[in-house]
Amino acid sequence: MPKKRAKDRMKPEVNAGSMADIAFLLLIFFLVTTTIDVDKGVYVKLPPWSNEPPPEMRLNSRNVYSILVNANNELLVRGEPKDIKNLREDTKEFIMNPRRLENMSQDPTKAIISFKNDRGTNYKTYLAIYNELKAAYNELREEEAQKKYGKSFEFLDKVDQKEIRSRIPLVISEAEPTNFGEEN
Amino acid sequence: MAKFTKKRGKANPEVSTASLPDIIFMLLFFFMVVTVLRDAELKVSNNVPSATELTKLEKKSLVNFMYMGKPMINYQSTYGTKPRLQLGDKFANISDIPLFLEKHRSTVQEVQRPGISTSLRVDGDVTMGIVSDVKTQLRKSGQLKVNYSAKKRVD
Repeated sequence: MPKKRAKDRMKPEVNAGSMADIAFLLLIFFLVTTTIDVDKGVYVKLPPWSNEPPPEMRLNSRNVYSILVNANNELLVRGEPKDIKNLREDTKEFIMNPRRLENMSQDPTKAIISFKNDRGTNYKTYLAIYNELKAAYNELREEEAQKKYGKSFEFLDKVDQKEIRSRIPLVISEAEPTNFGEEN
Repeated sequence: MAKFTKKRGKANPEVSTASLPDIIFMLLFFFMVVTVLRDAELKVSNNVPSATELTKLEKKSLVNFMYMGKPMINYQSTYGTKPRLQLGDKFANISDIPLFLEKHRSTVQEVQRPGISTSLRVDGDVTMGIVSDVKTQLRKSGQLKVNYSAKKRVD
């Protein structure tokens, strides 16, 4: 074996071949631990708790949109059975009352949605209904924004958004659930 | 034709793998960024329903999570199949909620405390009974900002 000259030995090189392996190892670790989280949800503001019974309020029944859900996940809207598919459109019509009907809300600011469920109602149904109600309000606000400012609601500035919100306030009143159905 | 045959002898083509580490690193960084290390092991089934009107949870540190659902199969012998509440990584009762909220509140700076919200991760098949109880307890504890966790649905 011929002796190497010092000059040749002067080029030390770190072997980078295992770099990929190390990176792979880390990659697999993160792949396994990753949960691309669902960090979204339907936002609700609960009413504060008070021990006193709620004050007696005389409401004009035309302004109240009552929704009842029983333990079989069936809907009763203002005394009539209804399908959840029609709920959004109906709610919108009730709130705005475009035809000025006698049995619908006098004004969006006066409209109240009363929502009552049973302890045996499925959570999926509950959330679906809540989602429809919220969607109805969001769509109305969107339409109002388009009509008034020609812009989408989310692109309006804060003051205008507030104005529309006070024009179409979201009032969903949830009553204490009934207890007829069977819980799982 | 001679041109082609000539090549055969020396041809020993190799794909360069020098850029492989770079590619892997790129993937690695991607997953590192999107990873959220789960702080609590799920002990209840948790298949949240889907909805359209979603709000994003703003700051992770200001959110506390409550899970509700049927206990997972390996816990069913001890805890039964009725839906249960899970706080942190333990099964809990409704009465444990105030303490849980207080513990979380103490980790948050005082100025930010009004922004604390609760994310309810409830399995879709649960009935409303337990959810109502939790809601009542939250109201009693003054924790009014609530987010019903849901998946995005496109319609």
